[in-house]
Amino acid sequence: MRRTALFDVHARLGASLTTFAGWTMPLRYGSDLAEHHTVRTAAGLFDLSHMGRIAVTGRNAAEFLDYALAGRLSTVKAGRARYTMLCHTTGGVLDDLVVYRLAEDRFLVVANAANAAMVRAVLGEHANGFAVEITDAGGSLIAVQGPHAVKVVGAGDDLPYYGIRPAEVAGRDVLLARTGYTGEDGFEIYCADADAEAVWDALAAGGAKPAGLACRDTLRLEAGMPLYGHELTVRTTPFHAGLGRVVALDKPDFVGAEALRRAAAEGTATVLTGLVTAGRRAPRAGHAVLDPVSGDRVGEVTSGAPSPTLGHPIAMAYVPPVFATPGTRLVVDVRGTREDAEVVALPFYRRSPQ
Amino acid sequence: MIPLNLRYSRDHEWLTDDEIATVGITAFAADALGDVVFVDLPEVGTVTKAGDPCGEIESTKSVSEVYAPADGEIVEVNRALADDPGLINSDPYGAGWLYRVRVTGTPEVLDAAAYAALISPES
Repeated sequence: MRRTALFDVHARLGASLTTFAGWTMPLRYGSDLAEHHTVRTAAGLFDLSHMGRIAVTGRNAAEFLDYALAGRLSTVKAGRARYTMLCHTTGGVLDDLVVYRLAEDRFLVVANAANAAMVRAVLGEHANGFAVEITDAGGSLIAVQGPHAVKVVGAGDDLPYYGIRPAEVAGRDVLLARTGYTGEDGFEIYCADADAEAVWDALAAGGAKPAGLACRDTLRLEAGMPLYGHELTVRTTPFHAGLGRVVALDKPDFVGAEALRRAAAEGTATVLTGLVTAGRRAPRAGHAVLDPVSGDRVGEVTSGAPSPTLGHPIAMAYVPPVFATPGTRLVVDVRGTREDAEVVALPFYRRSPQ
Repeated sequence: MIPLNLRYSRDHEWLTDDEIATVGITAFAADALGDVVFVDLPEVGTVTKAGDPCGEIESTKSVSEVYAPADGEIVEVNRALADDPGLINSDPYGAGWLYRVRVTGTPEVLDAAAYAALISPES
């Protein structure tokens, strides 16, 4: 198992560790519910150094990414980021990505840990004919998420959402990005492995509380954010997931263009919806969604959990569009028990404006 | 860490050495689950068979079945868990107990040393 540069810090904090995508990562430091609430009300501190980081540089970097990815990265200004996807020629999603433009000819592609090697390989396959270099970026990634994030970091209030710039944290040179995966304000901080512990310690001293991957999952679920392998797979296009906006259909040519244009024009057989239930047993990934009238199976839950913020179970599920209107009554088969569910618009949780 | 006076199942339940035994899940199991948010326990009067599922414990992260550590009949369940399922995390060997069972048989229980060996990282 691979260990991040902060492994000893997690061990010292008594973290419960888990194996995730070949890495040993902190699942929680104490109570995952408390860590969840800390992120919603104050600031949580995450080690995300397992995430894949790929540098794409060169004269043709922007036009290469326009071709290889779903979005139009050439229109992203230096110092800004965009959420996008790597799709197969079938239109199926291979990974969802955050791509930062660090300079005219320099991009940082952040991939899911489990997909990092594949993303790099697929980008390499598409690079033929482009003056571009694709390399592993490495280093550590630390996130500070929550309404107190600006106070904790002591900088970055000038950064717009999805902005990135060089900064100094704990006297170390870092890249400070106003991005995240929790539905809260916050930063993701890219630094050298050798600086990770100093940066972590400074942020902890600034009031951010260590938070593990367990609460990261409930936070992103409340925020209606997809997780690769659950809401996004190679069998779903961005349009299935309600994320068709990330596809720049007017680009002249790009990987998956034909399939994605068809999905946009014809719609998809299933769409991602939010479900809420009133019982105490939460729908979970893989549970069947049933038509309450006929009892027929019409869809499947992709993620579900008791929402710590809302106090009732929430889930995302793929169902045919006819069942996807908010207010529609459905049933989820929770391990043999039929739980009444109601379709709601995503996200389940939206932070109040600052 | 692992109470010496209790007996254990391979499914991470503990039980007291009594005719009417108190049953719970171990700290090891509670830590693996994370914060418990809901407990579904058998009704009083239910007859359990060792190794069979007899309830569910739901955490934010996952759901796990509770397996009966003994043959017997449920005589009492811990009502406090309905309002405060987190007792399983905060006090797994005390206030977080699950139910009491009139024991008729314990085909396979471990002592503390054997359970400690079962959950040691080397096993």
